[in-house]
Amino acid sequence: MIVGGGHAAAQLCVSLRQAQWPGRITLVCDEPSVPYHRPPLSKSQLNPGADSSLQLIRPTDFYAKQQVGLRLAQTVRSIDRERRTVDVGQTKLSYDTLVLATGSLNRRPPITGIELPGVFSLRTAADAEALRAQVQNAQHVAVIGAGFIGLEVASALRKIGCNVTVLEMANRVLSRVTSPAVSTYFESLHREHGVALRTGVSISMIQEKEGQLTLLEGDHSLVCRADLIVLGAGARPNDDLARLANLEVNNGILVDEANRTCDPAIYAMGDCCNQFRPLYQTRLRLESVQNATDQAKIIAAAICGLPLPAETLPWFWSDQYDVKLQIAGVSAGYDQCVLRGVAEPGSSFSAWYLNQGRLIAVDAINDPRAYVVASKLILRSARPSLQILADQDRDLKELLLSGTKTYED
Amino acid sequence: MARITYITPDGKQVVVEASGGSLMTAAVQNQVDGIEGECGGVCSCATCHVHVDAAWISRVGPAGDAEAAMLELEDGVNSASRLGCQVPIRPELDGLTVRVVGR
Ligand SMILES: Cc1cc2nc3c(=O)[nH]c(=O)nc-3n(C[C@H](O)[C@H](O)[C@H](O)COP(=O)(O)OP(=O)(O)OC[C@H]3O[C@@H](n4cnc5c(N)ncnc54)[C@H](O)[C@@H]3O)c2cc1C
Ligand code: FES
Repeated sequence: MIVGGGHAAAQLCVSLRQAQWPGRITLVCDEPSVPYHRPPLSKSQLNPGADSSLQLIRPTDFYAKQQVGLRLAQTVRSIDRERRTVDVGQTKLSYDTLVLATGSLNRRPPITGIELPGVFSLRTAADAEALRAQVQNAQHVAVIGAGFIGLEVASALRKIGCNVTVLEMANRVLSRVTSPAVSTYFESLHREHGVALRTGVSISMIQEKEGQLTLLEGDHSLVCRADLIVLGAGARPNDDLARLANLEVNNGILVDEANRTCDPAIYAMGDCCNQFRPLYQTRLRLESVQNATDQAKIIAAAICGLPLPAETLPWFWSDQYDVKLQIAGVSAGYDQCVLRGVAEPGSSFSAWYLNQGRLIAVDAINDPRAYVVASKLILRSARPSLQILADQDRDLKELLLSGTKTYED
Repeated sequence: MARITYITPDGKQVVVEASGGSLMTAAVQNQVDGIEGECGGVCSCATCHVHVDAAWISRVGPAGDAEAAMLELEDGVNSASRLGCQVPIRPELDGLTVRVVGR
């Protein structure tokens, strides 16, 4: 029994059947659609002129063909671990193995007036549809929070001609996920595309008058006006069910290397869980398609009694205007950042993050080559030559050849 | 409408008819093994790697710069390699055969 129907859930159905697992699969999801790709919601899908149909991860008939029982638009309210049942409101469903794939929930910052009808957030297809219906009539949109989703929304709305103001509480955009150099690059990029961007602003109140929204700062001074507001204030793990069932939870549901929780009959995967990662020697909770997909593959192997797949590299992408950011690895905890190329709009470059000489992550901006080379190096725990890294005339592939010292030597 | 033949990593032939989308979406819709389409078709994951049949390479065309970079270090890459999501289905591709590389 799988609770939640997003990226991880879809992949688990695929992987279990690929491994010829003969058991019954039931997928319970509170959304009305079979699993779909979430990333386009903040990118191509916001354009009222573009095709509004959801991009399904697997076609609808896949689930019937693979004998996956779908219970869509149904919410699991609680888990009874002793009886091995879940409560879906009208009935209780029993399970042998339960997999939690409940994703994350958008954070709602403490802002007075956040409940006003002109304030939108973005996580589900229904959220995207509601927003898309309103942006057609909006002249001025304010985005609260300059994380990936906030910035992608700003980019999508600039493309269709809205005036966009982005307001970020921290002193730079993407502050939780990247270095100051890369933040500065994205700030210039958005300003160059006509976004009014302000950092270090903490919105405390939203007021509405005749459809016009007013955003106010700490001491209630006016920040800007807007027809519509999009919240992009980050997410928290949706671990409420697990908490209620007394599973171990700490910034996500704690799982072992097989994605098992402290109850051997219950697994958790994707955004909602938190796992120790040998590559980084720390626990991580990641919000990415890659993480959801790869953890589903781990659970499929565990359920089928197959050897667990080798540890994979975390990766992520973000599309804004004509810029593709690709991230390999996780840069948190870096002590050195080496730039390859010039971090200016219009150019491609990459930022290489090291910890005690060991490569841990790369942000590649319109530079897929840096991304693929880095992906190999990070998994090898390589200590690449900084001269080669910083010198654009040197071929990055040199780093893959012998002579690159690795962590082990 | 185009008929595309996929040869999966374990040698099965799957014939698919499609009138839009890409070599990746047509494969995913028809459950062709070895094509995952993890990133949804934005050239970010390389889980849609195919080899284009020799007779078709010029009609299908070469990989773009970003695509070629994503392919460069993939297992099994060669001059016939393409990312399926970067090849739109069009009527001229009727009869095309591709080999799924898989991972
Ligand atoms: C707008 C947006 C853009 C993104 N862009 C990118 C990107 O470019 N690249 C990238 O790598 N990642 C991106 N992400 C992140 C990525 O989509 C997530 O990391 C991924 O979806 C996680 O998969 P999951 O299966 O863990 O959870 P989800 O896909 O979130 O699925 C969880 C599902 O469980 C359902 N659910 C929750 N609780 C219950 C319950 N009690 N009962 C029944 N159902 C329940 C939820 O409604 C949801 O349908 C983006 C996310 C968003 C929202
Ligand atoms: S589907 Fe991701 S690169 Fe083709």
